Amino acid sequence: MTTPWSGAALAEAIEAFAPGSTDKSHGGDVWLKPEAAFMVCEGLKSRPEFKFDLLSSVTAVDYIDHFEVVYHLTSLPKNASAVLKIRVGLGRTDAVVPSVVPIWRGADYQEREVWDLMGVRFKGHPNHKRIMLWEGFPGHPLRKDYVTYDQSIVASLAPDDGAYAAGSETAVELGTAGSQPAPGAGAEA
Amino acid sequence: MDPVFLDNSLWRNIYCNLAGDSAGCAAREYSAGMLPTGMEWLAFALAAAAIIGLFVNGVLGGVIVLIWGERRLFGRFQTRTGPNRWGPFGLLTPVADAIKTMFKEDVVPKDADRILFNLAPVMIAAPALLVFSVIPFGVGTYVADLNVGVLFIMAITSLTTLAVLTAAWSSGNRIAILSAFRSVALLISYEIPMALALVGVIMLAGSMSLGQIIGAQSIPFILVQPLAVFVFFIAAMAEMARAPFDLTEAESELAAGYLNDYASMKFGIFFLAEFMAEISTSAIITVLFLSGWRGWEPVPSHLWFGAKLILVLFVIIWFRMTLPRLRIDQVLKLAWKGLFELTLINIIVTAVLIAIWPEPTTTRLWIMAAVNWPVAIISIWAVSKLLGTSGYDDTEPDSDAPVYPVATEQIPGSAVHISGVTGPDTQARMSSPANSHIEQGGN
Amino acid sequence: MAIKTQPVTVNLGPQHPSTHGVFRLRVMFDGEEIVDVEPVFGYLHRGSEKLAEERTYTQIVTLTDRMDYVSPMLNNQAYMLAVEKLAGIEPTQRGVWLRMIAAELQRIASHLVATGFLLQDLGALGTPLIYAMRERENILDLFEMLCGARITNSYLRPGGVFMDAPTGFWLALDRELVDIVNTLDELEEYLSGNEIVFSRTKGTAVLAPELLINASITGPMLRASGVDWDLRHRNPYDYYDRIEFKRILHTASDNYARYWVRVQEARESVNIIRQCVAQIEPGPVRPSFDDVPRLIRPPKGDAYVAIEGSKGELGFYLVSDGGIAPYRMHVRAPSLINLTLLRDMLIGGLFGDLFVSFGSVDLNMGEVDR
Repeated sequence: MTTPWSGAALAEAIEAFAPGSTDKSHGGDVWLKPEAAFMVCEGLKSRPEFKFDLLSSVTAVDYIDHFEVVYHLTSLPKNASAVLKIRVGLGRTDAVVPSVVPIWRGADYQEREVWDLMGVRFKGHPNHKRIMLWEGFPGHPLRKDYVTYDQSIVASLAPDDGAYAAGSETAVELGTAGSQPAPGAGAEA
Repeated sequence: MDPVFLDNSLWRNIYCNLAGDSAGCAAREYSAGMLPTGMEWLAFALAAAAIIGLFVNGVLGGVIVLIWGERRLFGRFQTRTGPNRWGPFGLLTPVADAIKTMFKEDVVPKDADRILFNLAPVMIAAPALLVFSVIPFGVGTYVADLNVGVLFIMAITSLTTLAVLTAAWSSGNRIAILSAFRSVALLISYEIPMALALVGVIMLAGSMSLGQIIGAQSIPFILVQPLAVFVFFIAAMAEMARAPFDLTEAESELAAGYLNDYASMKFGIFFLAEFMAEISTSAIITVLFLSGWRGWEPVPSHLWFGAKLILVLFVIIWFRMTLPRLRIDQVLKLAWKGLFELTLINIIVTAVLIAIWPEPTTTRLWIMAAVNWPVAIISIWAVSKLLGTSGYDDTEPDSDAPVYPVATEQIPGSAVHISGVTGPDTQARMSSPANSHIEQGGN
Repeated sequence: MAIKTQPVTVNLGPQHPSTHGVFRLRVMFDGEEIVDVEPVFGYLHRGSEKLAEERTYTQIVTLTDRMDYVSPMLNNQAYMLAVEKLAGIEPTQRGVWLRMIAAELQRIASHLVATGFLLQDLGALGTPLIYAMRERENILDLFEMLCGARITNSYLRPGGVFMDAPTGFWLALDRELVDIVNTLDELEEYLSGNEIVFSRTKGTAVLAPELLINASITGPMLRASGVDWDLRHRNPYDYYDRIEFKRILHTASDNYARYWVRVQEARESVNIIRQCVAQIEPGPVRPSFDDVPRLIRPPKGDAYVAIEGSKGELGFYLVSDGGIAPYRMHVRAPSLINLTLLRDMLIGGLFGDLFVSFGSVDLNMGEVDR
């Protein structure tokens, strides 16, 4: 059974070799400070108490006021897993995170996808280009404030009587982000 | 009239019935002719046209049937039916193919050299047809029986190489030329084993004329010259660029092939030429190794020839359907390091045996068969060792190889929350308030 | 005396008979040797992750069908495990056994496709491919019996599956398992007895295990280099801890080893299915709608669950905001990540080996692009 590191234990172990690099921990997740992330990841890969040699997944989530880059790590020798998160782009200003491609090559395409679809930059990525969409595509589609081309046309042509605004009767309430408060911002237990 | 032509019974039947009272025909008991006396030239021309028309149409008809047959065989090999819609048993499928091909737009690229571009299909189809002029399809059924028949066949089939290069060059397409280079390398590498394999046959028959080679086969040469037939078969399949040597077509799928810029009927002619080459190769193998039209009496010789031809075609199609293709470097290695030596061994052994028994009797053939088969098996084994096999033995994993350490250690005393998905503890989780889900290490 | 040569750039375009889907590869090669490779993806990008934000958790099952379209049952399973973890749903016994049977059948079908297309790319003009696809057709017929659809199954629901297997299914399954073993025997005989297959696949595109792990490569590619990492063993989900099956490893890490691992894994899947059939018991196939409502609203939080898909570690990361649709869904697509080492595999090799190496990665463009 792959044993997951709990957030508290992992934060404590990280602080042991890189003090001041964690923001907080909760449940199974540890939040890192963006500037210390690279050093922490190097340590997590090479230090014998961690040995996280497999980077399972790199992804990002758009919580309206900030982005969160999520790393899922796996250790093959210890059969353990961990979750790291980095909170960037507060206020939706430029979100930049150090790239972990020099540490784990598997982050290559996944970070390009995050840049392409979410707009988070990765400093130090060897081939920082869009991967799914073409260069010159306007915007980053997975963002919550992304308006598709046809929606922008509708919005510009239709009379603004609030018929399709969020919260009105005609707005379909299937998980539209504006209808619920964003998680993570205020859901601390 | 030159007696050589009158020896050919097919020619004789037509010519002498038209111009009956020429000297040669009278000697062969043809008395009357349909044309008046001064018109032998017309009889000559008509006879020539009739025979050429017969052969060309016969060959093209054979190609049509071969296209149908090959596709049906493909289907049967793949446990499916094959074309069966057009005509009874799908016999008209090639007609449908031809009609489709003719209706396509004939595109000539802008950078193409027009004259050569239009000439290349002719260059490839003409030699394929010309080969049929020396092959006897039955007793006395041939266009001409040259004394250098085998040499003529070898020379004419070499022209294919030139046609391939012309087609690629005139397309004006860099990738086509690259692909044609590979194809030309393949073709010229296999010319030599193909020609040398026939030297043994020629020595045994004492002549290069196809009629005399058939005459010398009191037992078919496939039994007497196993190395020659082995090498010739493989080399001929490479010359036709069929699997397992169809790397030019396959890699032409990936990049552009030398045929990429040919559309419509020009491509159709290339396609036809490939099938004509297939039939001509099978016919050559039949004549040289399977004793041509010779067979037991009540069955007419044409039927014997046809049956043997179909057998060889079946084997060629069978190889195509089952074997994957070789890479270009492996193909060239096979030609130069493998087949070439086998042909030399064959020539030496055959020459030695002929020197010991100079008279061309059937007994000599049986002795040669008895000697050649063990020699063939041993030399093929030796050459395969030389070329190297890729190791039938190490398909299984190597148990001594170093292993990457997986799950060798455990996390010492960490806070372990089993976040499994199923199991009895999730019952408790389900009924508790939502936040407790987060407490349980949900990652 | 060196001959002056010039490298040529060729575009193996998105429409191509030998790329497994729409995939573009710009190859620069010098004679026969490949000098540079640049892959271009995105031709099949449909925005599944964005679409998932506007669909309920049950509706997203249909989206997951279409990602890796040769193994939809496995996609469904990975997604549903993530949903169940997020929402704290306990699946029913029979539902779990049925979805394990479906997943292992799907794994066999996916590996048949991979092996068949290897032999097709090697040049055997369709004959072994047709045999493999014919067997896959029978498996898809079994799926049709189970859920009414051959490919886009949408068989799983939160807590189990949506329909029990009909009475004819178990007999057909038994017969089919025998046929599958026969076909695998035939394919293995072709692979392990043919000198041309050997000489084209052995020793080509060899990758070291450390490099594979660093590049996050999982699945048969990793196990072909000797690393014993299979999530069904290491991190068992569903009832894989009640099943005994062998670990398939090979040490050569070349193209041949990858195919060998896939064929052997397909055999082991037959073994697994037989054990599932022996242990399955009657019962409900999904929880009642009192326990698990039709529209589930998982509590706020996130969950990442990874299963051993047919191509590697297939993971779903779901973030819930308490509503009926996920706030974010991310798919950890093994095909995309397994492509990371494409340049290492191809550069320095011969052009003739390009499609063989590419096929041994066993991609599916639906999963790469999502």
